[in-house]
Amino acid sequence: MTRPPIRVGVDIGGTFTDVALDAPGGLVTGKVLTDYAEPERAILSAILAAADQAGIDPADIGQVIHGTTLVTNALIERRGARMAFVTTEGFRDVIEMRSENRFEQYDLNLSLPIPLVPRKDRFTLPERMGPKGEVLLPLDPAAARAMAEHIASGGYEAAAIGLMHAYANDAHERMMADALAEVAPGLSVSLSSVISPQLRELPRFNTVIANAYVQPQVSAYLGRLVEKLRAADIIAPVFLMHSGGGLISVETAAAQPVRLLESGPAGGAIFAARYARAHGIDRVLSFDMGGTTAKICLVEHATPKTANSFEIARTYRFKKGSGMTVSTPVVEMVEIGAGGGSIASVDTMGRIQVGPRSAGSEPGPACYQRGGTAPTVTDANLILGRLDPDAFAGGAIPLSTPLAQSAMASVATQQGLTEQATAFGVTEMVDENMANAARVHAVENGRDIEGFTMVAFGGGAPLHACRLCEKLGLSALLIPPGAGVGSAIGFLRAPFSYESTRGLFQPLDGFDADLVNATLQAMETEARAFVDVGAAGADTVSKLTAFMRYRGQGWEIPVPLSQSRFKDADVPALIAAFEDAYRTLFGRIIEGLTPEITNWSLTVASRAPEPAPVARLTGGTDASPGRTRRFFDAALRREVEAQEIPRAAMTPGTVANGPAIITEDETSTIVTSAFRAIGQSDGCLLLIRKEGQP
Amino acid sequence: MTPDTIDFQIMWNRLIAVVEEQATTLIRTAFSTSVREAGDLSAGLFDRQGRMMAQAVTGTPGHVNAMAESVGHFIEHIGPQNIFDGDVYLTNDPWMGTGHLHDITVVTPVFRKGVHIGFFASTAHVVDIGGRGFGPDGREVYEEGLLIPISKFAERGQVNDMLIRIVRANVRTPDQTVGDLYSLAACNAAGDRRLHAMLDEFGIDDLDGLSEFILTASRRATEAAIARVPTGTYRNTMTVDGFEAPVEMVVTLEAQGAIIRADFTGTSGMSSFGVNVPEVYTRAYACYALKCAIAPEVPNNAGSLAPFVITAPEGSILAARRPAPVSVRHVLGHLVPDVVLGALHLAMPGTVPAEGASALWNIQISARPADPDSGLPPAEILMFNSGGTGARPTLDGLSATAFPSGVSTMSVEATEHVGPIIVWRKDLRPNSGGAGATRGGLGQIIEIGARDGYELWFNAMFDRVHHPARGREGGGPGAPGRVELSDGTTLKPKGRQPIPQGLRLRLSLPGGGGYGNPAARDRLALRADIEAGLIDPETAVCDDGQDPKSD
Repeated sequence: MTRPPIRVGVDIGGTFTDVALDAPGGLVTGKVLTDYAEPERAILSAILAAADQAGIDPADIGQVIHGTTLVTNALIERRGARMAFVTTEGFRDVIEMRSENRFEQYDLNLSLPIPLVPRKDRFTLPERMGPKGEVLLPLDPAAARAMAEHIASGGYEAAAIGLMHAYANDAHERMMADALAEVAPGLSVSLSSVISPQLRELPRFNTVIANAYVQPQVSAYLGRLVEKLRAADIIAPVFLMHSGGGLISVETAAAQPVRLLESGPAGGAIFAARYARAHGIDRVLSFDMGGTTAKICLVEHATPKTANSFEIARTYRFKKGSGMTVSTPVVEMVEIGAGGGSIASVDTMGRIQVGPRSAGSEPGPACYQRGGTAPTVTDANLILGRLDPDAFAGGAIPLSTPLAQSAMASVATQQGLTEQATAFGVTEMVDENMANAARVHAVENGRDIEGFTMVAFGGGAPLHACRLCEKLGLSALLIPPGAGVGSAIGFLRAPFSYESTRGLFQPLDGFDADLVNATLQAMETEARAFVDVGAAGADTVSKLTAFMRYRGQGWEIPVPLSQSRFKDADVPALIAAFEDAYRTLFGRIIEGLTPEITNWSLTVASRAPEPAPVARLTGGTDASPGRTRRFFDAALRREVEAQEIPRAAMTPGTVANGPAIITEDETSTIVTSAFRAIGQSDGCLLLIRKEGQP
Repeated sequence: MTPDTIDFQIMWNRLIAVVEEQATTLIRTAFSTSVREAGDLSAGLFDRQGRMMAQAVTGTPGHVNAMAESVGHFIEHIGPQNIFDGDVYLTNDPWMGTGHLHDITVVTPVFRKGVHIGFFASTAHVVDIGGRGFGPDGREVYEEGLLIPISKFAERGQVNDMLIRIVRANVRTPDQTVGDLYSLAACNAAGDRRLHAMLDEFGIDDLDGLSEFILTASRRATEAAIARVPTGTYRNTMTVDGFEAPVEMVVTLEAQGAIIRADFTGTSGMSSFGVNVPEVYTRAYACYALKCAIAPEVPNNAGSLAPFVITAPEGSILAARRPAPVSVRHVLGHLVPDVVLGALHLAMPGTVPAEGASALWNIQISARPADPDSGLPPAEILMFNSGGTGARPTLDGLSATAFPSGVSTMSVEATEHVGPIIVWRKDLRPNSGGAGATRGGLGQIIEIGARDGYELWFNAMFDRVHHPARGREGGGPGAPGRVELSDGTTLKPKGRQPIPQGLRLRLSLPGGGGYGNPAARDRLALRADIEAGLIDPETAVCDDGQDPKSD
């Protein structure tokens, strides 16, 4: 019998590079500081340390799974290639004109995000496709050739090609790419019809440009990584986590780096989904809170909710519209500027405001004693007794309560309140902001948040999760072990998957089954080829989603379809599927209007092994009494005497009745008076609302 | 329990989330393109006296005051004694709501433990309201569609069937229009649920204390900001194209202590066409402009709006008298901020932008088969497009960006799937931004032609063709707009016209005005503009008085 290969997951974050190694003896996790100059160095040392701890030979590692913020950072910090963009005549400014709106209504001095490619590097070709892929103006090969020569002489490192309606007919993009290949063979070239073949020019152009912009850098980095691993005898194939929550080969990642944008957060969502599956929880609200931001994601039936477009690199207080919309498959998340480092202030109406400005990790919250003076959420938590000044990060960072208090004093004076009351105001406001974001996200998805179970991870989440559940009316909360390296663990649980997308417009009163089937066949072949690289011969599942709307509407809703080939007679079934989805989102359907399909998405994924089911323990023996500590219980508006229990003591069936604080090196879990925590057999903490508690 | 300041702050924060959720619910369920793409809706919570406590930030400043004032009209017309649990009220009276018949306002009273404690209100632009349809051609409001006076849509939970039947019988899209009435009622109900959950959590049964807290804090913050405006009287005039004759807009600002007054006495009289603006809509845009410049961070509510006192003489084009036609009141309404900011500039130099294109260049196209027997389906296409905004004191204007409206444009690829047109061009219009130390935003050029077998008509509703956006402090004007055919034939900027087969419609949208002396323009910025092709070197020389090629 062959043993499953030893797999290692590595997640590069802003501060730490996390590693999780699935060894025969069990899971080993670790953290090292991220190496900005040569990220691969930190990866190797993290892997070697984990292998050493697990007692295995690094050469025995069978798969390396990697996720990184490299792509996101390159886009935010504008550290990409010098590139050209080739588009259709008349559409040179699509990426600069954006949607012609202002994302902040009341700011007369608003600045809009600057396009990745300046106008002087955007060139146009005389050519035009129509919406059905018909050629309205043919592209003269000589014009393509002349453009290729012009670009070749411009000293560019990369080029993106994005032509109108190229999702419907890629011939002109191909012609242009061929001309470039001939004239400038070394140039990195990205095509919109390959990277994001979907309707709507702005997100498609943004996506192909973002891809070209980071491609040379990412490809070089991945090459170095593979080389470095080889040199250390780790000859295992390398896979990358993509934004949609699956794995792709290192070669695909190097060609389509835009798919890596949200790889870390996607790993977190998979991590939450895995525990949802093991614990048999159908509806999960995944909540990840770190130093600067909090991320919220809906996970239903152990599947994170995905979308086919999202906004990256927001430039203005995380505000919708202030970034760049790209269309590439992604685990759908709301990110808000709420973390331990978020700074509190008082606005002109005398209200406490928290974030999105953050003290980050340098200088960090005032209590870190590293020169920070602004009052942060972490300072507030310390003042409220929710953090132990001597045991933060396992005692590695001693926290100063006096510094936290003096930082809080400015806000307290303006409020005319004590520092404790002010600190309470600060944590309540940040919890309120997160709860509001979660509620709105649920509403936007046609869901009612009550009835969801929260799965919380990330350093800050266990401190805030219980209060958040109180605010959202949730009665169960799961805090898995290893929550500090959740994304890296998530990588190990992810399937091999590839999502193929196509813009193919189909009104249901003129449905062309043959054309649709041919397109779906091509999509399936494409997706399967990518999956086979990592999981050849594996059992796979396919998921087809049509993006549909009523004729006359401007935006589509995702409609999951159970079949993947169609006959003309299937139109009523398509209408029924659309109406089901529409009703779920909006509560009703509209009679008499024709539905239509704009974009299609087909995901092929290897079937991930089922986790062993975990039987829910809801009671048992009370944890043995130990040290007590006082913390401020927000719902009761007063300090309570809480027992302090080490997480290691929360063995299966052990009960900690709130108020309690469960401590571990990485973080503390606050169990409010309304909840009790029960240790689970897989190391999770389950917090459930006590009976009779509102 | 007795709430303290922290509780009130948290509840205030929550109420803003509640009205945002109310608005989100509406955006996702409404039918009309202008709700979805342009955010042409609003949602708010009011106390039992009808004072607005919170309003969602949506795409249209046109609803700012309109929403705040609406509930007062409902209380007056329904009568406090006739307000019951389960009631829902509505109207689309342009003078009671938001200025034209297409906007329907729905108000739902909130009851707690049997006691009336407040209201939720929401407004949305519906797809169709009958009459001549959305356009300036009506000569009286009666021609513009069905006017529903303040009525009970539902009483004690029982929907008024007669009202529904009247609406259905009078509009072209009965399912969608009536559907939107239900959407409005449903979004108020969603707000109602969240409000009760909050009141449960904080253990209170009325909104009185919270309302006082919010309105007092907001009023104080606004008054403190207004007090920084130097005392004085500031007058400004601006001429715009109008419909059948140019329109003179005149405003007098009077800043005195904690109050600022804007009065439009001297403004031209009414038009015979539907470009007239009810006073409520003028108040909204004037107030929006003042708020942006003076107290942008204070949320909209009865407290923050009260210190802005705005009036226009009845019978002027900015305070149209019943039964004037008002269907496209947005064209002149969007220009109101320019004249108001110009007056404010006299009080607070170095704060406000130069004039911009301001009025949206919305294109409504009817595509008809050239041969009626061809069997090709007709289509209606609507596009939102924006010119350039005025240069700011320290920043260039924004190119092809909506201001004051918050509208978004639609994807050309998506538009070409809606109807048989080809958009051959939609890009920035070089040399259209007014010269200045900071440059005005550029307009854009749009070229549209018909697919084979179709002929096109379009409804022009374009301003700043004869009266471009003026610069400020020595800045040059933005380029005027142009409406023409691809063969160079000039078309009228207002009214319905054909695009002959084989030709294309070419629209050149106006640019924003420049700010400050063009000679003071930063050389690197100028060169970057030339390199980007935003201005020609020749234009740069003659406009800016400096030769960018020399060092």
